[in-house]
Amino acid sequence: MNDTIASIATSLGISAISIIRVSGIDAIKIVNKIFKGKDLESVPSHTIHYGHIKYQEEIIDEVLVTVMRAPKTYTMEDVVEINCHGGISATNKVLEILFLNGIREANPGEFTKRAFLNGRIDLVKAEAVMDLINSETEKERKVAINNLQGNSSNLIRKLRQSLIDIISNIEVNIDYPEYEDIYEVTMKDLEVKILEVKNSLQKIIREAEDGKMIKDGITTAIIGRPNVGKSSLLNRLLESEKAIVTDIPGTTRDIVEGTILISGIKLNIIDTAGIRETSDKVEKIGVKKSLEVLDNADLVLLLLNNNEKLTQEDYELLDKVQDKKAIIVVNKNDLVTKIDLRELKNDNIIYINTIEDNGIDALKEKIKELFNLEKFETSNYNYITNTRQLSKIKECLNIIKDIEIGIQNEIGLDMLEIDLKNIWNTLGSIIGENYDEELLDELFSKFCVGK
Amino acid sequence: MEYEIIVVGGGHAGCEASLASARLNHKTLLVTGNIKNIADMPCNPSIGGPAKGILVREIDALGGEMGINTDKSHLQLKMLNTKKGPAVWALRAQADKITYPKEMLKTLNNQENLTIKEAIVDDLLVKDNKVYGVKLESGEEIKSKIVILTTGTYLKADILVGDKRTPGGPHGEKEAKNLSDNLRKLGLTIQRLKTGTPQRIKKSSIDYSVLEREDGDKELRTFSFDTKPMYKIEDQVPCYLTYTNLATHKIIMDNLEKSSMYGGYVRGIGPRYCPSIEDKVVRFKDKERHQLFLEPESLYYDDIYLQGFSTSMPHDIQEEMVHSLKGLEHAEIVKYAYAIEYDAIDPLEMKPSLENKILENLFTAGQINGTSGYEEAAAQGLMAGINASLKLNDKEPLILKRNEAYLGVLIDDLVTKGTKEPYRMLTSRAEYRLLLRHDNADIRLREYGHQIGLIDDTRYQKFQTKLHNIEELTNYLKTNKVYPTEIELFQKLNTSPILDGITLYELLKRPEIKITNLKDLGKIPDKYDDAVLEQVEISIKYAGYIAKEEREAKKLKDLESIKIPENLDYQKVPNLAGEGRQKLDQVKPITLGQASRISGVNPADIAVLSVYLKRLNNESR
Repeated sequence: MNDTIASIATSLGISAISIIRVSGIDAIKIVNKIFKGKDLESVPSHTIHYGHIKYQEEIIDEVLVTVMRAPKTYTMEDVVEINCHGGISATNKVLEILFLNGIREANPGEFTKRAFLNGRIDLVKAEAVMDLINSETEKERKVAINNLQGNSSNLIRKLRQSLIDIISNIEVNIDYPEYEDIYEVTMKDLEVKILEVKNSLQKIIREAEDGKMIKDGITTAIIGRPNVGKSSLLNRLLESEKAIVTDIPGTTRDIVEGTILISGIKLNIIDTAGIRETSDKVEKIGVKKSLEVLDNADLVLLLLNNNEKLTQEDYELLDKVQDKKAIIVVNKNDLVTKIDLRELKNDNIIYINTIEDNGIDALKEKIKELFNLEKFETSNYNYITNTRQLSKIKECLNIIKDIEIGIQNEIGLDMLEIDLKNIWNTLGSIIGENYDEELLDELFSKFCVGK
Repeated sequence: MEYEIIVVGGGHAGCEASLASARLNHKTLLVTGNIKNIADMPCNPSIGGPAKGILVREIDALGGEMGINTDKSHLQLKMLNTKKGPAVWALRAQADKITYPKEMLKTLNNQENLTIKEAIVDDLLVKDNKVYGVKLESGEEIKSKIVILTTGTYLKADILVGDKRTPGGPHGEKEAKNLSDNLRKLGLTIQRLKTGTPQRIKKSSIDYSVLEREDGDKELRTFSFDTKPMYKIEDQVPCYLTYTNLATHKIIMDNLEKSSMYGGYVRGIGPRYCPSIEDKVVRFKDKERHQLFLEPESLYYDDIYLQGFSTSMPHDIQEEMVHSLKGLEHAEIVKYAYAIEYDAIDPLEMKPSLENKILENLFTAGQINGTSGYEEAAAQGLMAGINASLKLNDKEPLILKRNEAYLGVLIDDLVTKGTKEPYRMLTSRAEYRLLLRHDNADIRLREYGHQIGLIDDTRYQKFQTKLHNIEELTNYLKTNKVYPTEIELFQKLNTSPILDGITLYELLKRPEIKITNLKDLGKIPDKYDDAVLEQVEISIKYAGYIAKEEREAKKLKDLESIKIPENLDYQKVPNLAGEGRQKLDQVKPITLGQASRISGVNPADIAVLSVYLKRLNNESR
């Protein structure tokens, strides 16, 4: 673990300045070798220096270099951060030069791993830091920082406390069965407790999904028959906000055409343009493709034509979006209404006109309403956004399922308590708290037993 | 006269240690302060109970004596927790305080290779940090290859009653005045612990008519896997229940300062699970009453043990307290309650084999290691005897894992976490309690007992037959079916009918079906005894949960299989956190698994250590 690693610490292409982080025993020595400016090996720790990166006497980039010596650094190793100003290609070039000088490219998350292995941060923090690195919007930062400050830890801590109440009582019943005036936990108590824990965990998962929305954005698909105005709607939406047009693949294998921010939440709009081309030839394939896109979407904008009667294809699409968060967008409201929507049991209908930009604001309001986006502006961000932590919580929910089956099969309380303890331990592992004496402390502080 | 092993102390640890050692053919000397007090029970008369009862079964499975001796001498036997699952069933006996020691002494006297000597040990004979014998108070020196200290509460013991502190052990026995100071001089860390015991009440002075009665089980049972019941159900002696009341609490609160504890006369740290009655009243102010148990001590003397009422109040206050209890208004106190302080070593200075890290060839077991309880002591005594013998034979020590035995949990806890209060075995300390059951102690441990040589071929053969029968019956259940046409059978079993034929094995998974029902209805061959039926039934009914715990235990196995060299210099391991480094250095764990259980050692330390060990391994290749 003693070799020196480097990688670009900022997201490529988004910020004007890119930071290359270098960590390890040779970090200062090697950066100094390619740095034109002060002698970095003799500057004090935690200072910033202006200069240039050179390669074979050629100036590659104008940079600010921060020198931080171990152990008060992110990784607790010597760390150098190079702020590159010359854009992506220059940053990449600087990195390349570092590699030529014997520095190894960092594996994903390796800085954090080192920080963790060197004992600087605990597991929850390490994972939150990883999210921090990837965060793009202000709100993601809030979620990540809250995680660092242990808000989700507190949430789980409370749940564990509630669990240990019943666990310690069951344990006392086991270890001191002869005490008749100690309350004997019943199956009913367990059922109540399990329901309470289940609800809390499910709430955490739901909130985590909100948190994911903050982090990843809402995947939005615009679907509809050919020529109903899909790309016009897309363009109108993009124009209406300061759009970030990128070619970065989204979370699905679909291409994100563009991203807009609504109440600070990203709306990643999935391209369905390809559907038109194929649909000219075989319309059915078009529908099939739409359905695939639809599966992966958090939100579906189903576009209909105000000027035409509903077709078989429209009905099929309407049928498919029944279980999804969907808005029926009726385009061409400037033309004569021929469509008949009375039979639709759907409140989410918006009339627009992409030519005059009519109704776009109403559509955005509808999206806000549908995802309750207003609450994100005011609420405390208290979500678990990390996959490992989430999977542990889901693991707990699985154990709860086991308990429910066990209750049905009349498995005894002391047996099911093993599952309860598992949940308690699993929750503990999320926030890095161990078993040890905690249970016994609880047991003897609450129950009066002994000779 | 030279011995191979000297055991110092004739309590429950000392008895097991000297028996194991002598049975494994080592010339053994047991030194005790008073032969009359061998296997004495100075505190409560009960043996077993949750977790502790399973320890006794484990002792028996390995070839120790406690189970057999209890079977010879109890007044009452009861299986606890039978309304709960099999993992927490536990036998508890009210042992006869006269018969138990008498029977144990008989066994010791009949043991080949074992000599008993009455004396007080003052010091160890040590050269180059190696122990080679003991020095008696008289100045006499006795040499041996190994010394096992099982001194109980006798190291610098003080009896505390009110503001009075009197040097001496239980029953006014002589304490070991100098040994602990000498151990300290030899480099060991000594800590001071405290425990207590309640009053003994004259049998005939109690009004039983107003008390709740608790009888023994109506079914014959034994602790040992090898003995037959030696008692009659109707001959069992009952226990009784009574409660404290507000008047009792008032007496205690009014006189609190007079107790040794609250008067500030106690230095040692007492156990949380054995609080004195004044502690209970102070800490649980809202409780209007505390439960007390009246337990018979012996058929041969006139004492009843008042469990739950231990105190360090002066005698006159104790009189008042006892007389405030229902049924004890006119009770005569035969022996007053007292607290006792004694010296113990720091168990962190012990290897998992129970050998001392500082002094080679010194083993310790029982209360000197910071534990409490007869069963805990006996269990360690047995292990100390076994491992001393293995050492003399140049063999690896027997170290039981946490998923193998409560005994493994007990010793691992002691040497990994240490203890600041007298350590008691509790079910909640075992993370794999479903694997560590009362019923399967032999299956877990008898193989070890046989390998070591404490289980002879006859006993081992009996065990093999049991294993064979378990397998045979399981196969029988898996291959024999019941069919929908057997309507009468389903009615008799009080279970819903089936559509297709299913195996008996599947049928047994139904919660309402008991294996004994199937036997009664002739669905299972007669030849299998209850122990076999029980074993098979548990493994079918709890298969899912047992498998789950086995999976968990397996995870542990990886870390447990990575050995740490005994002489590893933790100062040389880079990137260990300060606290982790210090703790690792103190405990010197023998596996990565043990290291991971040390408090203050974080997962990062374990990651770092595993990387380091791997590198060390690669380099040495």
